[in-house]
Amino acid sequence: MATPDLSCIDLTRRFGDALAVDNVSFEVPAGSFFSILGPSGCGKTTIMRMIAGFLEPTSGDILIKGRSVLDVPPNKRPVNMVFQHLALFPMMNIADNIGYGLRRKGLGKAEIEKKVEEALERIGLPGIGKRQVNELSGGQKQRVAIARCMVLEPDVLLLDEPLGALDLKLREQMKIELKSLQHAFDTTFVYITHDQSEALVMSDTIAVMNAGRFEQMAGPEELYHRPETAFVAGFVGDANIFKGEVVRSSGHDVELRTEHGTHIKGVSLLRDIPEGRSAEAYVRPEAIHLSRTADDVAELDNALSGKVEQMLFNGAASRIRIKAEESSETIEVGLPQSGRFDGIRPGQTVNFGWSDKQGNIFETGGKE
Amino acid sequence: MTSGRSLGFYLLLAPVLLWLLLLVIIPHIDLALVSLRERVGVGQYAFSFANFLTFLNEPLYLVTFARTAVMSILATFITLIVGFPVAYFIAKMARGKLQPILFVLCLVPFWVSELVRTFGWMILLRETGIISSLLQWLGLVNGPVELLYNDAAIMIGLVYTSMLFMVVPLVTTLSTLDDSLIEAGYDLGGSSASVFREIIVPHAMPGIVSGCIVVFMLSLGNYLTPIMLGGKDSLWFTELIYSQFIVRFNWELGAAFGFMLLFLSTAIVWVALKLTGQSLEKTMG
Amino acid sequence: MISLSMLKTTTAAAVLSLAATQIASAETLRLLTWGGYAPEEVIELFEKETGHTVEVTKSNNEEMIAKLRATGGGGFDLAQPSQDRISGPQAEFGIYKPIDLSKIDDSLFIASMLEATKGNTTVDGEVYGVPHVWGTSGLVLDTEAAASVKDYTDLCNDDVKGKVSYRLKRPTLIGFAYSMGLDPFAAYGDEAAYKEIMDKVEAKLVECKGNVKAYWGGGDELMNLIRSGEVVASMAWDTGGWKLNGEMPNVTFVAPSSGSLGWIDTFVLPAKGKADDAAYAWINFVMRPDIAAKITNVAGNFTASKGGDAGVSEELKAKYQKSYPAADVDNIKWYPPVPAGLEVIEGGVLDRVKAAN
Repeated sequence: MATPDLSCIDLTRRFGDALAVDNVSFEVPAGSFFSILGPSGCGKTTIMRMIAGFLEPTSGDILIKGRSVLDVPPNKRPVNMVFQHLALFPMMNIADNIGYGLRRKGLGKAEIEKKVEEALERIGLPGIGKRQVNELSGGQKQRVAIARCMVLEPDVLLLDEPLGALDLKLREQMKIELKSLQHAFDTTFVYITHDQSEALVMSDTIAVMNAGRFEQMAGPEELYHRPETAFVAGFVGDANIFKGEVVRSSGHDVELRTEHGTHIKGVSLLRDIPEGRSAEAYVRPEAIHLSRTADDVAELDNALSGKVEQMLFNGAASRIRIKAEESSETIEVGLPQSGRFDGIRPGQTVNFGWSDKQGNIFETGGKE
Repeated sequence: MTSGRSLGFYLLLAPVLLWLLLLVIIPHIDLALVSLRERVGVGQYAFSFANFLTFLNEPLYLVTFARTAVMSILATFITLIVGFPVAYFIAKMARGKLQPILFVLCLVPFWVSELVRTFGWMILLRETGIISSLLQWLGLVNGPVELLYNDAAIMIGLVYTSMLFMVVPLVTTLSTLDDSLIEAGYDLGGSSASVFREIIVPHAMPGIVSGCIVVFMLSLGNYLTPIMLGGKDSLWFTELIYSQFIVRFNWELGAAFGFMLLFLSTAIVWVALKLTGQSLEKTMG
Repeated sequence: MISLSMLKTTTAAAVLSLAATQIASAETLRLLTWGGYAPEEVIELFEKETGHTVEVTKSNNEEMIAKLRATGGGGFDLAQPSQDRISGPQAEFGIYKPIDLSKIDDSLFIASMLEATKGNTTVDGEVYGVPHVWGTSGLVLDTEAAASVKDYTDLCNDDVKGKVSYRLKRPTLIGFAYSMGLDPFAAYGDEAAYKEIMDKVEAKLVECKGNVKAYWGGGDELMNLIRSGEVVASMAWDTGGWKLNGEMPNVTFVAPSSGSLGWIDTFVLPAKGKADDAAYAWINFVMRPDIAAKITNVAGNFTASKGGDAGVSEELKAKYQKSYPAADVDNIKWYPPVPAGLEVIEGGVLDRVKAAN
């Protein structure tokens, strides 16, 4: 396999006593879109700043195209960064912003002009070179910030939550645009975010980070369907969490009795959980089948019925909260907007269920 | 609604207008009238431009003015050179408690009057002063050295007195400079010099300009520092104004000098703004 | 109980009314004077004796006149400019009011001095000033380090190069003129002749500038320069020399061979003064021999009070005698009133000297 564009080996960074990044290793193959997803304070920004060269690792190594860059200052590293608030230079016009790095490289004036115009065309904003930064919309600024880095043809482009400042609609649009820009430039992107949807939509590979460590590194689908840890299961997507005790365990198949007495069947793919241990089951609301009749869900490993307690209308992501009949467990269930369930109102009794493959069970406490 | 707002507006405006009228405009009109009359006999005066002609025709006054202006420009420049790193350190590098402490340190000299401050410098610089004694004790010089009563001493005094007025606007503008702009400058291949030139200085420009205007005006209008530290050759324009008013009882010429100082300093500031491509609105905004 | 509180009320009322009558007749005297002319002790005695209160503002000739001119003669009730600076500014700016001589006890004054001052301060037949303190200016020398200095022009000698100081003001111009054998007072009435004299003085002062350490502006500044030894010869007031003599035996006041310049500081009433009664009371109070001696002991200068020198300390008398053998006293040149307009000539000279290299 070809040399990865970026690899970090046993990367560790301490701030005084605090361990911000704890022995993290990963490789990013050339031309891929790699995301680090984690809550704020998890250490993802620290990793990015170490790659950019603004922070020195306490230990470990960073290789770009196979060469260590630890002793290369930030202005000489073949990586560029799109900052959280973009950091476009307000004292320069757009063309000067994009041409800044080229001027630093000592290119001729005509060549810079040509490259800047090319870059503007590529991001679909030809002819705006003379405008000032504050005359641009949020999305345009975003694209200019990327173009400003891309004209330098970096080996790796780092993006530090660049969509955070945009409004929702524009953010959805930019997700797709960023992905296609990455294709167009055919450059390795390393993207950090706390927004799981950004990471899921754009990335080839996602590393979920928590408290200085990578919890799981996988493609978006695998991460979503087969989370390896409770943290990943809870952080990526939404889930109903059932706490309880393992009452039966055979291989991957595990059965849990919740505090309210419901029996939940699920799987534990990575580890066997002995009976009697306490554990949690994660079940995504959208993975639960909903039906008006008990027959529809009878074949599923987990089949329950209950009273609709509350409607949570949210367009495509609408849900209902159901109080299970046997226990007083409250469960959120996805409400498909296909028209089948239009009549559902609070107080009605419904049936629902899911297969055991949809319930990921993790032991709580004790392990690791 | 509108009338209510405009009432509040005028109430707020009133002190400003009063201040301008009573403390700025009226005294200036009065001074202008004084400067435009000539003494023709005991207690008799007539309208005339004689005072302004005296200023323009006497090389001594022109030379003194030019000297004052050049020295003030130089003092402004030195204050900027010395003050910028100080301001940058306070605004960008100092963390936590260090920042207010450093700021207060800049303020400390202003807890005593200008007279005391200048006198402190005299104690340091005079022939029998601390620096001279120290140099002799170290064996670097053989006899006492006089560091006072020269232009360098004036310059030290002016820079020292003006420092705060340069540092404060610089700290204010520099602290609004997003650190990520500096990092982006480095990230895109900039060296320290180019980041400073293309990002930090352009961002700090309003602070630099307002600091320079204040320091220039303060230096130009300073009286005590040049007189006390400059000694027999001090030759400062304000000294001429003072002696016309107080020693010569020649208010007419003194008022004319005052107006020439006002005109010429305004002109210098205007030219400087044009040369640096700045405007007063930009600086104040 | 009732009677006691009533008694209290009556007493309080009585005290209040007593205080009120005193306030009615008492005035606040705003005095514009020189440092040392109104010592705390004298003010206390005066306030106790008359019930008036005194507010002192310390100043010098030029500032006194500038202040009074700025307000048209208001803001103060009594001022003390030198006698030669009264008739000119009065004619020009009208900042004083005539003195009612009937309210002055002239038996307290040395008659000759009173008459001379009256004569010098008369404008349009009205007298504007009466004498208070007098003294001279000459040379303050370190008699060992500046042994060669006998006259003002000797300040330009090579052996005191860089160790000389004088004021860049009119007394220096006059002193140098006399020392150069010229007679500026005689030329007071003749602007052309006076200008000629001043041109010569200007040339001398420009030539002498290299000798000068610093032009002093205030008494304390000069004292510091001499105390530190940075200056060994200076043109100065007699009291400064006598004061330093107490600390440094080598340093004393010396009357220059061409003669000291004599000045008399006076009492004048500013045109818009409000407390005339207090002003006259103050004049008559401080001219009493016992009070005058107290002032002399503080200020160092003698007063125009008849018998005022009796109470002066023996030490000060001795210093005076040493600086002024009889012949030198006769040689004192008293400043005649400065005609309006001369300041312009002098101003030009002083500016050019200051600007010279």
